Amino acid sequence: MNSPVDQAALARRFNPRGTWTLFQKEVRRFLSVIGQTVLAPVITAVLYLLVFQHVLEDRVNVYPGVGYTAFLIPGLVMMSIIQNAFANTSSSLTQSKIMGNLVFLLFAPLSAAEIFVAFVAAAIVRATCVAAALYAVGWLFIPLPLQAPLAAIAMLILSAACLAVLGLIAGILAQKFDHLAAFQNFFIMPFSFLSGVFYSIHSLPEFWEHASRFNPFFYMIDGFRYGFFGVADAPISHSVGVVILFFVLLSGVALQMLRTGYKIRS
Amino acid sequence: MTQAIRVEGVEKRYGALHALKGVSFGIEQGEYFGLLGPNGAGKSTLINITAGLVRASGGHVSVMGHDVVGAFRPARQSLGVVPQEIVYDPFFSVRDILRIQAGYFGCGREAWPWIEELLERLDLTDKCEASIRQLSGGMKRRVLIAQALVHRPPVVILDEPTAGVDVELRRTLWEFTRELHAAGHTIVLTTHYLEEAEALCERIAIMDHGELKALEKTGDFLARHPFRFLRLSIDGPGTVPPAIERLVCARDNDELELRLTRGQDSVADVLDGLRDAGFRVTDVHTREPSLEDIFVELTGDSDE
Repeated sequence: MNSPVDQAALARRFNPRGTWTLFQKEVRRFLSVIGQTVLAPVITAVLYLLVFQHVLEDRVNVYPGVGYTAFLIPGLVMMSIIQNAFANTSSSLTQSKIMGNLVFLLFAPLSAAEIFVAFVAAAIVRATCVAAALYAVGWLFIPLPLQAPLAAIAMLILSAACLAVLGLIAGILAQKFDHLAAFQNFFIMPFSFLSGVFYSIHSLPEFWEHASRFNPFFYMIDGFRYGFFGVADAPISHSVGVVILFFVLLSGVALQMLRTGYKIRS
Repeated sequence: MTQAIRVEGVEKRYGALHALKGVSFGIEQGEYFGLLGPNGAGKSTLINITAGLVRASGGHVSVMGHDVVGAFRPARQSLGVVPQEIVYDPFFSVRDILRIQAGYFGCGREAWPWIEELLERLDLTDKCEASIRQLSGGMKRRVLIAQALVHRPPVVILDEPTAGVDVELRRTLWEFTRELHAAGHTIVLTTHYLEEAEALCERIAIMDHGELKALEKTGDFLARHPFRFLRLSIDGPGTVPPAIERLVCARDNDELELRLTRGQDSVADVLDGLRDAGFRVTDVHTREPSLEDIFVELTGDSDE
């Protein structure tokens, strides 16, 4: 059992292979339960689409020339992005903490930034898979070409990244799955539902329209919708700016938690 | 030569609990080192600080000269840890788990032959495609050992590796750690089985209540404690005289175990005293103190 010391490994300042391995592991983790992680969210969103299309298609006209079903699809896709990006990081981290196998990651020569990048990137991949599947299924209801594809892709990645980071924070804080469920039920769900998935904020009373503008999820959905129709409730530059700012703030918190080992390195 | 592990004034407080009270010692490269102590002594806290799982409240720990906080990358690269609890990722097969762990340490496909060697050496080849969930407790323990070794660390910490495993597996693990040691690895073993430490470790540290109580070569430990045990089977109606009664450390029906201090208590005096008190001594055994006897004396904890 000869075991030579790897001098190159000792001198390494970054660990790209370690980061890549963690990213791959996180992707394989959600793909191994793809029914739960990709298929189920698509089915849920399709059910929303069926119900709301049936009830509201002929009664609501949000933008000129845009039917309600077409309006709804980008909102539902973004809602799924939000929920699944959050779920990927938060459930993985919480499960690893509860099962104790997080130690294998903590033993490794990976920095806070490397762990952060791997987790967030994997969550973006899952969110993209769900978004692509849902968009494809939505096409069966109504073909919806992208008017501003770059804006749609940018909002997808930025929003997924934001929620992945929020999931990291929740995963670090949660000591059991109940805590995570509370975070999801009392924060993620209400903020995503009240962000304009099913309506334009212009249809709200003045107070709630203003209140909606303090909800970062509104900008994610609104900016994403701009990618589909070329029009939205807020200027696309505002949406991109707010989501970037939200990402920077959340990332600062998450990186600080990972650096100090808050609740993971006692 | 740089020490494999250097612990300097390490303190750890959990609120009011002072888990480590300024512990300092060094472990030389190539040593087989035992870290003993009762539950709550601070062994696992010290190991977790060394592995980077816990932050020390004060002091420093270095692995192969690399500070575990300031130079965490080379420190962790130099260290393999077998955790005390059987923990695993349920999503992956045994082989995948090892490849993933190697990847975390920056090892790619070049590490795969080494992983296959580990699988074979630890009798895991047949189970390498199985989910770790399907393995027995002993096999899961072997996977943990393989995980600690995938990046070929020069220093290996085994935190109670034989807790709850059957005798055969315990012997296999002993043999395996001996081979690692012979190959040049520094081995740090924490265990509750004192015979294990006695059989394997060249040097032993005993911790209790967050402090280092003793640190010596195993042989010196055993030699330095100047007592031995005399086990007698006796028969008769007499009463054990007080001068002998004070030496009795265990009693079981007609059997007495006495602890005799060398140069002070003689076997002949004990036998004469018992005969004068009306006893007939039917059998005599002597034994040298085991590590367990010394451990109990140092920590004052007969449960361990």
